[in-house]
Amino acid sequence: MAHQGYRQNMKPRARGPSTMAGDPNQLFEDTSAGMPPSQPGGYPNQSYDMGNFSVNNIFGDSVVSDLAMAYGSNLANQSKEMVNKEINRFMPINKLKYFFAVDTKYVVKKLALLMFPYTHQNWEVRYSRDSPLTPRCDVNAPDLYIPSMAFITYILLAGMALGIQKRFSPEVLGMCASTALVWIIIEVLALLLCLYLVTVHTDLTTFDILAYSGYKYVGMILSVLFGLLFGKDGYYVALAWTSCALMFFIVRSLRMKILSTVSSEGMVSYNAKNQIRLYITMATALFQPVIIYWLTFHLIR
Amino acid sequence: MAFTLYSLIQAAILCVNAVAVLHEERFLSKIGWGADHGIGGFGDEPGIKSQLVNLIRSVRTVMRVPLIAVNSVTIVLLLLFG
Repeated sequence: MAHQGYRQNMKPRARGPSTMAGDPNQLFEDTSAGMPPSQPGGYPNQSYDMGNFSVNNIFGDSVVSDLAMAYGSNLANQSKEMVNKEINRFMPINKLKYFFAVDTKYVVKKLALLMFPYTHQNWEVRYSRDSPLTPRCDVNAPDLYIPSMAFITYILLAGMALGIQKRFSPEVLGMCASTALVWIIIEVLALLLCLYLVTVHTDLTTFDILAYSGYKYVGMILSVLFGLLFGKDGYYVALAWTSCALMFFIVRSLRMKILSTVSSEGMVSYNAKNQIRLYITMATALFQPVIIYWLTFHLIR
Repeated sequence: MAFTLYSLIQAAILCVNAVAVLHEERFLSKIGWGADHGIGGFGDEPGIKSQLVNLIRSVRTVMRVPLIAVNSVTIVLLLLFG
């Protein structure tokens, strides 16, 4: 092998780089032939050059290569369509696209709303022709961009907080991420179960509930940040502030969705159904500070 | 608590197993949660109890066969990897 590679190497070396550029099937300039021979790894380099050149020779015939490329692209398209169809069965991509249709103005306004919801007047999600407006046009619409970004930021911040206290190791990041993810999944499943049992006819899809549950990560990030900057007192102050703001936000947002289907005269009718729905909303709101505290207190010492 | 995704899967499998072993005749009918008791009138408010009874019945019907497969796989994996 060594002897053969060395002998056949004379021919491509003699051609030089000019004819290499003229080869129509070659995608890139083959610059390995023009390397200085004084390289210490010169011999293995040359055998690689020979191998590269022989592979190019197989597709030298243009008809065969065109046919192969056409067939390959056809096959790729077909398999791409099939994969998309299968994925669409489990997770509707179009509905997911609605949640990520955000822009900077919306994100800024929504973050401000999450931290100070007390002056916001109109909490209803606006509709246009029977479908809800995208988050770009309506501040009240839930989105999944902020929760996912906040989740990742929370994991990074947890890593940084642990690193500052010299308690960091790479496994801790994974544990933190999976713990937070598991709590979110538990909360979403519990809320779905409660809504199913009480037969609430809302338009709250799973993704909506995921979005509303994910807004607590913003509170978590703020609490951890204040805890890192100002110590334990700062942490508790930020925790109290974000808990109150988040509870208010959740109650006002979900009240529209859960309780508004009962009757047209308003929410004051005290039948059992309505009370249970109120309890569900309050329980969801009260769960947020608990989980914020649970997931962040070990990061602040 | 530090949860891994595996503990979530374990908890889910245990819960579904727990629902699947509730026998229709021997147990649920005795405490008044049988399928024939639960389905009340077709009024506009099914009520929590009938929703629960329906949920238990549908979980048992749907998950009976997949649970066999999932349990076998879990047992084999736990025996192999501890």
